[in-house]
Amino acid sequence: MLRLEPRQQASSTMRWLTPILAVAITMVMGGFLFAAMGQDPFQAIKIIFLDPFIHETFGPYSRSQLLIKAGPLILIATGLSIGFRAGVWNIGAEGQFVMGAIAGGAVGLALYPADGIWVLPLMTIAGALGGMAWAMIPALLKIKFNANEILVSLMLVYVAYNFLAAMVTGPLKSPDGYGFPESRSFTSVDATHLPMIYEPLGMHAGVLVALALVIAAYVMMERHLLGFQIRLTGESPRAAKFAGVNPAVIVAVCLGISGALAGMAGLFEVTGPAGKLTTNFPVGYGFTAIIVAFLGRLNPIGIVLAGLLMALTYIGGELAQLSLGIPAAAINVFQGMMLFFLLAVDVFVNYRLVWKKEVK
Amino acid sequence: MDFSALNPVSLMVSLMIAATPVLLAAVGELVVEKSGVLNLGVEGMMIIGAIAGFAISVETSNPWIGMLAAMVAGAVLALIFGFITQFLLSNQVATGLALTLFGLGMAALLGQSYTGMKPPSTPHLDIPVLSDLPVVGPILFSHDPMIYMSIALVAGVWYFLNRTRGGLILRAVGENHDAAHSLGYNVVMIRMGAIAFGGACAGLGGAYLSLVRVPQWTEGMTAGAGWIALAIVVFASWKPWRLILGAYLFGGVTILQLNLQALGIGISAAYLSMTPYLITIIVMVIMSADRRRASINAPASLGRIFNASH
Amino acid sequence: MRKTLLEIRGLSKFYPGVKANDNVSFTIQEGKIHALLGENGAGKSTLVKMIYGLVHPDEGDMLLHGEHYMPHKPSEARNLGVGMVFQHFSLFEALNVAENIILGMEDAPPRAELNEKIIEVSNQYGLPLDPNRLIGDLSVGERQRVEIVRCLLQNPQLLIMDEPTSVLTPQEVEILFKTLRKLSSEGVAILYISHKLDEIKVLCDHATVLRMGKVVDTCIPAEETARSMAEMMIGGEFAMPTVREFTPGKTLLHLENLTLESLDPFGTSLANVSLELRSGEVMGVAGVAGNGQDELLLALSGERPTDAGMVKLSGVEIGDMGPTTRRALGLLAAPEERLGHAAAPDMSLKENAYLSARVRQGLTKSGFTLFGKRDDFAREIVEQFDVRTPSIDNAARSLSGGNLQKFVIGREVLQKPTVLVVNQPTWGVDAAAAADIREALRELAAEGAAVLVISQDLDELMEMSDTFAVLAEGRLSKPRPAAGMTVEQIGLMMGGNLEERANA
Repeated sequence: MLRLEPRQQASSTMRWLTPILAVAITMVMGGFLFAAMGQDPFQAIKIIFLDPFIHETFGPYSRSQLLIKAGPLILIATGLSIGFRAGVWNIGAEGQFVMGAIAGGAVGLALYPADGIWVLPLMTIAGALGGMAWAMIPALLKIKFNANEILVSLMLVYVAYNFLAAMVTGPLKSPDGYGFPESRSFTSVDATHLPMIYEPLGMHAGVLVALALVIAAYVMMERHLLGFQIRLTGESPRAAKFAGVNPAVIVAVCLGISGALAGMAGLFEVTGPAGKLTTNFPVGYGFTAIIVAFLGRLNPIGIVLAGLLMALTYIGGELAQLSLGIPAAAINVFQGMMLFFLLAVDVFVNYRLVWKKEVK
Repeated sequence: MDFSALNPVSLMVSLMIAATPVLLAAVGELVVEKSGVLNLGVEGMMIIGAIAGFAISVETSNPWIGMLAAMVAGAVLALIFGFITQFLLSNQVATGLALTLFGLGMAALLGQSYTGMKPPSTPHLDIPVLSDLPVVGPILFSHDPMIYMSIALVAGVWYFLNRTRGGLILRAVGENHDAAHSLGYNVVMIRMGAIAFGGACAGLGGAYLSLVRVPQWTEGMTAGAGWIALAIVVFASWKPWRLILGAYLFGGVTILQLNLQALGIGISAAYLSMTPYLITIIVMVIMSADRRRASINAPASLGRIFNASH
Repeated sequence: MRKTLLEIRGLSKFYPGVKANDNVSFTIQEGKIHALLGENGAGKSTLVKMIYGLVHPDEGDMLLHGEHYMPHKPSEARNLGVGMVFQHFSLFEALNVAENIILGMEDAPPRAELNEKIIEVSNQYGLPLDPNRLIGDLSVGERQRVEIVRCLLQNPQLLIMDEPTSVLTPQEVEILFKTLRKLSSEGVAILYISHKLDEIKVLCDHATVLRMGKVVDTCIPAEETARSMAEMMIGGEFAMPTVREFTPGKTLLHLENLTLESLDPFGTSLANVSLELRSGEVMGVAGVAGNGQDELLLALSGERPTDAGMVKLSGVEIGDMGPTTRRALGLLAAPEERLGHAAAPDMSLKENAYLSARVRQGLTKSGFTLFGKRDDFAREIVEQFDVRTPSIDNAARSLSGGNLQKFVIGREVLQKPTVLVVNQPTWGVDAAAAADIREALRELAAEGAAVLVISQDLDELMEMSDTFAVLAEGRLSKPRPAAGMTVEQIGLMMGGNLEERANA
């Protein structure tokens, strides 16, 4: 009989091997999925994972999308991972993403048509604060009233979507927009246009900020007392209290940081790739970032790799949609499977499989 | 503004229809949580139920077969969650989220060709004579059978949990899985059963949404109903009868805001659309605030990982 | 002539790296009380779990009434007349007594009938119980009754009791012994597991001694001394503790009407706890589990702040301060639960050293961890307290209970506290490690610190303490000198009505 036996301590080899294993299993199972849809599985997998790099016609455009899509995922996932390590489950990053974009965008629109190098930084700060403020709602409700932050932060996503709709049909609606539910374009004015730094890979200024914050997060988590306290709270809440950690502070810090990063990502999205506030600028990065955070082992470096991989599935998915007619939803299934398989094979980090004879 | 258009009787009837999908999902999740498992994948199971129920109903032209298929689909998805959390000992929060993300994607994929279709209609169960009574008739005696079914399910779950040995064992497993194990109960299999039941209920709730409430298939049509079901379980303090209160409160707010939108009372529709979510947050906060009571009612092993190997 | 009830023949059970049981054989006679004697980790629990069908042996077999017996699950064992009372009760706090009993029965009668039976049987054996009360509201002694009555309702032929007295007051122990003797006179065999030698001597007819998973000896306890049995158990010379001279210095810790509401719905709140702990003093606080011990530790460690004046350290009011400030001022604590409270299970020993020693040992600089200094301190603990671990990179949970406890106590002792508070310092720790820990705590006091030892192990407290108090239902008796106290006196104090009894 097969059974699981706990390891004396977590295997660090497995910790890094399981995400790779999960991706491999996802490719195989994804292949079956595509086969079931009547597609050539090898062709489909090649298109998703390789064509963005090598395809002659689509390659250049695909490559230029890589960091554009990976940037927000990495930024949001970095924030989320900090909370996840403390056992603070912010799953409403999508809402904070939207609110950050609205807050930062509103500042930009209020200053319109101001010109100056300070406009964008100001909007970025406002975006971060907007996301943070939205995340502080579940934080305060948890601290004061013991309300579950998972459910509250998620409910607030729907509230944020509706708020966005109210804004782009109301106060933030473009006066020259022919009545469309959208704001003025941020990209048409230099002061509010997120500068592109390296076009072929889609590296805009937001990506640089994201990478800088990844490093900062790494240093904080591994070398600073606050990071230790966050990790300790997640490992063992009672030991954390014994060590003198105030759990309310950890809840507020974790939700605050993850909200701020998500808000910033939202602002970068509307001032860059999306160009303006519309009801459909949020494409679910806030949810996909949850997968990125786990796939990256809640570790900043891992998250960069996982973010790139997930961006690749988005881009490859678009290519597959274009050339094979595979629906966009297939990519969401693909991403969901990846998280599923990761959680499944993760068992080997803490347990080993042993073969035991059953004695009659 | 013409408030007379708000007919209380028809409001009440649509309230019940709006509340039923959430109620069905919540009663399933309550059983799951009572067994000590937190499955955050309700949203994913609901939407899979919505598309499975819709597709099979359209193909067979029979809504009942569709609903059955939705229950099976929800249960199968739930068992994937069960396998990963109970046998591979994964974190329940993360796995539940994965279930939701996977379910949403899978439903969208399966539903591609069903968008815009009309499902076969679900017949009403008009109880003779009684259904013709004024006010009481339409509110109590003239519904589709699923509404009665949902109430009966709540009653059945209450009876099972509080009056049967099986229910006692389920609660015991949720209270203290180590003690239940040492008494010889198979914690994992009992939980798998509860998880499958929860999945079937969520699937049925989803099918009710796509077959009766809307009735149509649109991508992402659950719009957080699964999460609201989870919140209602908290609101109900894990007591079955209170689920009805929670679900009907949610249904009431939903219907009221929809009617107000239709009336055009000058508040942007977007603001009104927020209210069901905001009300859900508020009631959940109120019920969670008393920590001591919350900790008595919540199953003590909720969300904890059980491994019997030592 | 008594007949053999259960014959155990060569049972073995192997876990990776450990032989929990190695070729164990012995027999239990009908109507006899048979002791299974051994230290923590000797394999007693694994053995009885095999008899009860919770664990399946790798080798060997058993005969019950001369017939093959190998239960696959506890319900099979129960059907064949084998019942078990666990050391850590298998009870459900949020369920009532009757529901708990139903869960342990195969075919429970209807509720009303069962309630009557519970009342009848529990009274018959001197263990009165109300079937409708919630387990969470019962005392530890009453909870054990529930376990016993649950077994008795199924008319067992063999009753297994795993360390039943470790949670009882001496008076409750007496009641339990009466019950067990009555049962054995009715023909029920009892397998009694304990490491308490005096009890076994007065109660048991036979004893089988286990060491490192093997049967090393058998004896008739009445014919042995506690010391001789201890030597069988440990396999070596048994050092008797010596009495220590104690001259109290100035007051270091002063509790004044310390009152704290428990956050645990089934916990015990502290009410007006007062004491003065002086330099050089080891004060023992006895009491049955669940009488406010955890709350007292939390109030002292700073995890649960109180009014400022309720806790004073060297005259400074610190009741409203958190753990970090208290540590800086010299008040340290080691909670009962090693894994998950005193230490984080999945963190390395390095990080666990940092966990509580950061402030006093100066292991951070402007918030950033000084890794070298941290690792040195972790290494110092491991070396000075003989913590057996491959390296300081190992996770806390990879250590055995005794080694981790040495690490936890060492971590606090090496920080040179003014006052150290420990809860159950040697719970589940093997004898050698326990002796080391007690020695370290007494040395700390000898160097001028004050030590408060909260423990349920009376022997331990008698061995270590200069002064002695009892915590019962959240109230603390007046501390009095330990010298000259008898177990009976302490037992009365533990039973409640503290002031009168203590002053009597």
